[in-house]
Amino acid sequence: MRIVVAVKQVPDTAEVRIDEERGTLIREGIPSILNPFDAYALEEAFKWRDELGGTVIVVSMGPPQAEAVLREAVSMGADEAVLLSDRAFAGADTWATSHTLATAVEKIGDIDIVLTGKQAIDGDTAQTGPSIAASLDWPQITFVGKVRELTGKHIIAERYVEGGSEVIKSSLPVVVTVLKDANIPRLPSLKGKMKARKIEIPVWGKDDLELSEGEVGLDGSPTRVVSIATPEIFTDGQIHHGEPEELAKLMADSLLGTEVS
Amino acid sequence: MASIEVRKETCVGCGACVPACPFGAISMEDDLAVISDDCTLCGACESSCSFGAIIIRTGETDGTCISDYSGVMVISEHRDGIVDHSTLELLGEAKRLVEVDGSVVSVALLTEKGGEWPEKLIHYGADRVYIAEDPVFKHYRTEPFSRTVEKLIKQKKPAIVLAAATTTGRDLMPRIAKNLNTGLTADCTELAIDPETGGLLQTRPAFGGNILATIVCADTRPQMATVRPRVMKALEFDGNRNGEIEKIELTPEDLKSRTEVLEFNPLDEGEVDITEAEIIVAGGRGLKNPENFALLEELADLLDGSIGASRAAIDSGWISYPHQVGQTGKTVQPKTYLAFGISGAVQHRVGMQSSDRIFAVNKDATAPIFEFCDEGYVGDLFEIIPLLIKEIKRRRK
Repeated sequence: MRIVVAVKQVPDTAEVRIDEERGTLIREGIPSILNPFDAYALEEAFKWRDELGGTVIVVSMGPPQAEAVLREAVSMGADEAVLLSDRAFAGADTWATSHTLATAVEKIGDIDIVLTGKQAIDGDTAQTGPSIAASLDWPQITFVGKVRELTGKHIIAERYVEGGSEVIKSSLPVVVTVLKDANIPRLPSLKGKMKARKIEIPVWGKDDLELSEGEVGLDGSPTRVVSIATPEIFTDGQIHHGEPEELAKLMADSLLGTEVS
Repeated sequence: MASIEVRKETCVGCGACVPACPFGAISMEDDLAVISDDCTLCGACESSCSFGAIIIRTGETDGTCISDYSGVMVISEHRDGIVDHSTLELLGEAKRLVEVDGSVVSVALLTEKGGEWPEKLIHYGADRVYIAEDPVFKHYRTEPFSRTVEKLIKQKKPAIVLAAATTTGRDLMPRIAKNLNTGLTADCTELAIDPETGGLLQTRPAFGGNILATIVCADTRPQMATVRPRVMKALEFDGNRNGEIEKIELTPEDLKSRTEVLEFNPLDEGEVDITEAEIIVAGGRGLKNPENFALLEELADLLDGSIGASRAAIDSGWISYPHQVGQTGKTVQPKTYLAFGISGAVQHRVGMQSSDRIFAVNKDATAPIFEFCDEGYVGDLFEIIPLLIKEIKRRRK
């Protein structure tokens, strides 16, 4: 089983604060982390590799410092890593990002599954996984909460949708995006950490992937951010102070106001 | 190749761009903004500069003939043959968008059997219904749906294509957009037509809800977006609205699929999908331990509500992930949202801020949730909840 896990380095959005006066993001001192959802994709890959044998190759597109999340993935158990980095990749939207990642998957070659987190916490689009599948013309199973079965020929997975779960069977190769429900990601091992320190991570640019300028980065991106604003926060709610008995009564008044008693 | 440039003669060194950069890629050197290699050309600084000193240049584009495209196409979603409410909301929004140029609102309905739905969709605002009926379309399946919709888009050339930002829409639309080489914006909460260009302005929360980004797809068509359910308003049903119904011709090739749905398991009773709940009783870190969720459950039962939780409660293992509300959990819009011991960090806020009425109980009067709730109660939830339960029971006697 040869598995590619596509991961992203993201700013820890839980740490992002707003400069109220300027209405902008305070980015200073915000740590860059492995996209939390991608940890579940990695664990799923490790689990099946450990059971069936094979190789887990972790791939990320990003600036040179994104190498850090690849080393983190190796410390957790990835066998190989590739960084896709090129000044020409900057400004990529999900079309250009998935196009670049899919081209890398083809170059790596002979892959059975591409796994990735359901979405990245900075963009929250959940589009890159299915777009990679489209680029490769592979089937896809998105929002997977549980992989039931994996063999050399097919996968059976539970897809968590509104109102229930669908059990989907797909032929391989396939792209799968993973939810938090799927597993509990393992921690880096001592052996993994040693490997992560030593491993040579190849860096592939536009020319290595034989891509043209028009299909990568900002030039290859059909969409463009034109403005950014801070969401307006509604601030004229009523705040009650007082004794618990009094507060409970007020609350019951509001809650049951329209209820026929 | 795309590039970013700071015009030395225009930059006044005010530094406004430095905090605007989500990637920390700008620093000030000798009163001049300097961009580092961390820059992803996201454009945040360009709009933060009051002096037009930062310019992002794109390379040449091939210029597809965008004037060939017009109107808005909605991709219908259904379960068990019943069209989802989100589709009606999208029709309402589509109708509002075409007010500018009077173009046509169409809807693509891929289903096992349409029944009365084509007519109904017209009564909810569609000018044209494109229908494909086949047993393959009984459940959503990525490949037959995407192939059929792609074919339809190529034939009918809508300027805008909308689908709901559900697990279906978010599975389907990226595949279509990639294959049609056009742009897609995820999970929009606001749409508008730019009066200057006629293009679609697509606004969505990003960075964990910390910012609202407005996105355009300038040079390719259609402009595609998924739209968050329960944000847009459906039109009133009007039996006098007229429209056309047209069949989509299908070939065996369109219907091929490498995946199959083996079974569908609805949530167990009592295991309500919180995205569909009218009342949510939610708890956070302030609940202190898993046993205290029993207190919330008693209140929820009394109010016929469902249980929600903040990430803090999930991460502590007090309650399971399907109950999580917020950025990495679910987005909910109940009529009433009761937040107990939830501080109201932005990651939680983005998952519940569209609720009709938000009640918050928290000991800490400075908790951020008091800045955006409708009714706040500053006090100890362990005192208030039992009293509230007693009070509700007393009044209902």
